[in-house]
Amino acid sequence: MEPIPILQVEQVSKNLGGKKILKSVSLNLNKGDLKVLIGPSGGGKSTLLQCINYLIPPDSGHIVLEGQTVSTHNKQQLFEFRQQVGMIFQDFNLFDHLNALDNVTIALRKVKKMNKTDAKQLAMIELEKVGVGDKANLYPAQLSGGQKQRVSIARALAMDPKVMLLDEPTSALDPELIGEVLAVIRNLSQGGMTMLMATHQIGFIKSLADEIVFMQEGEIIERGRPNELLSPDSGTRTADFCSKLNDLNGEVV
Amino acid sequence: MLDSLVTIKEALPYLLQGALVTISAVAGAMGLGLVLGITMAVGQVYGNRLIRTLVGVYVWFFRGVPVLVLLFLFYFGLFSLLELNLSAFWSVTLVLGMTTGAYQSQIFRGAIQSLPQGQLKAARALGMSDAKSIRSIILPQALRLSIPGWSNEYSIILKDSALAFVLGTSEIMARTHFVASRTYKHLELYLTAGVLYFILTWLGVKALSKLERKVRIPGYTHQE
Repeated sequence: MEPIPILQVEQVSKNLGGKKILKSVSLNLNKGDLKVLIGPSGGGKSTLLQCINYLIPPDSGHIVLEGQTVSTHNKQQLFEFRQQVGMIFQDFNLFDHLNALDNVTIALRKVKKMNKTDAKQLAMIELEKVGVGDKANLYPAQLSGGQKQRVSIARALAMDPKVMLLDEPTSALDPELIGEVLAVIRNLSQGGMTMLMATHQIGFIKSLADEIVFMQEGEIIERGRPNELLSPDSGTRTADFCSKLNDLNGEVV
Repeated sequence: MLDSLVTIKEALPYLLQGALVTISAVAGAMGLGLVLGITMAVGQVYGNRLIRTLVGVYVWFFRGVPVLVLLFLFYFGLFSLLELNLSAFWSVTLVLGMTTGAYQSQIFRGAIQSLPQGQLKAARALGMSDAKSIRSIILPQALRLSIPGWSNEYSIILKDSALAFVLGTSEIMARTHFVASRTYKHLELYLTAGVLYFILTWLGVKALSKLERKVRIPGYTHQE
């Protein structure tokens, strides 16, 4: 029997400024899946991720979490849904006026109504999990990009999400900092976290992704396991795209 | 020379009492302006079309009409039409408050709009309502950025408060005028009044720049 998907994206469409950004996109995530969105920029990856938690409300289509269709009419339900979906942004979006610890505690306290002591305790656990426990008292402007992104992952994890959406989490990082963030994501995936991630880190995709979803011009044009889509003689659009990326990076597939 | 000093010395306690009135009116006006300004800024950035239009009209009105006209319009016109029976002091405080509210709203709006959009996105993504996001994430940052502009506004309103003289409020200017017209020591007394305004401006601006340093976000600086 097919497992029931934890997250279903059903025929999501979005127009922005008269342009069709998403054309009836559907995909499912089973528990523990790591699915990867790749494709040229402007293809709709980021919009899709933001449509999933309604940061950008879709024009049509549904999002279903654990069998429950998300309703946007009831604000409270929408807020509760968002708490269960962790979001990681390309440029971190840490709250600049709060130190690392409070970046993690603020939603625990304001949204989950946790008391200060418990929130701090939980935040420290999450910060230590991603290796920035010793940075708890530093402010975003005092952290490196890699540290910021790890704090933002801790912030999302503290909410105990069922699914994580990662929008090119390493694209704004210096090359030597990418590894530390990918290591954290790798641990998460191996720990059973369900994730949908836009990324162009091909090595990472090859070793960890359950499925590659190739998006172009608002549509999914290819999907499949990495070994199927990425082998150079598969003739897929994905393989072609990735070999071009590798050419840029000076790597050989 | 000695004569002048004696005049100033004798008038000073009376003028200092006026300074208290000035301080009270300005503090009240700045406080009212703060509340109005933040509310209108949030309305203008996040509100629907109706709210944005209302705020826009309000701001244009109070920025477009001279403070002196506003004082007469409200004190002799609107407040008496509504039979509010407000004292000159409260009328001045209210009118200055509403005026600075219009200016302050634009200080706060600029600050809010200068924040990266990702701040609100990240707050929403964590399940915060818009109201909560604005209160806990947007305003704490925007208000910090607003302090220099707010300090400017303080110094303007402090000096505008001298206009309250025309309504007969017993603040610095009115008291100075009163003494000067009796002693004919115009130069000495208006100079004293000027110094009092200067000191109040300096103290306020100094205090605000101290506050600015105190709440500065660590690591967030343009100085090396």
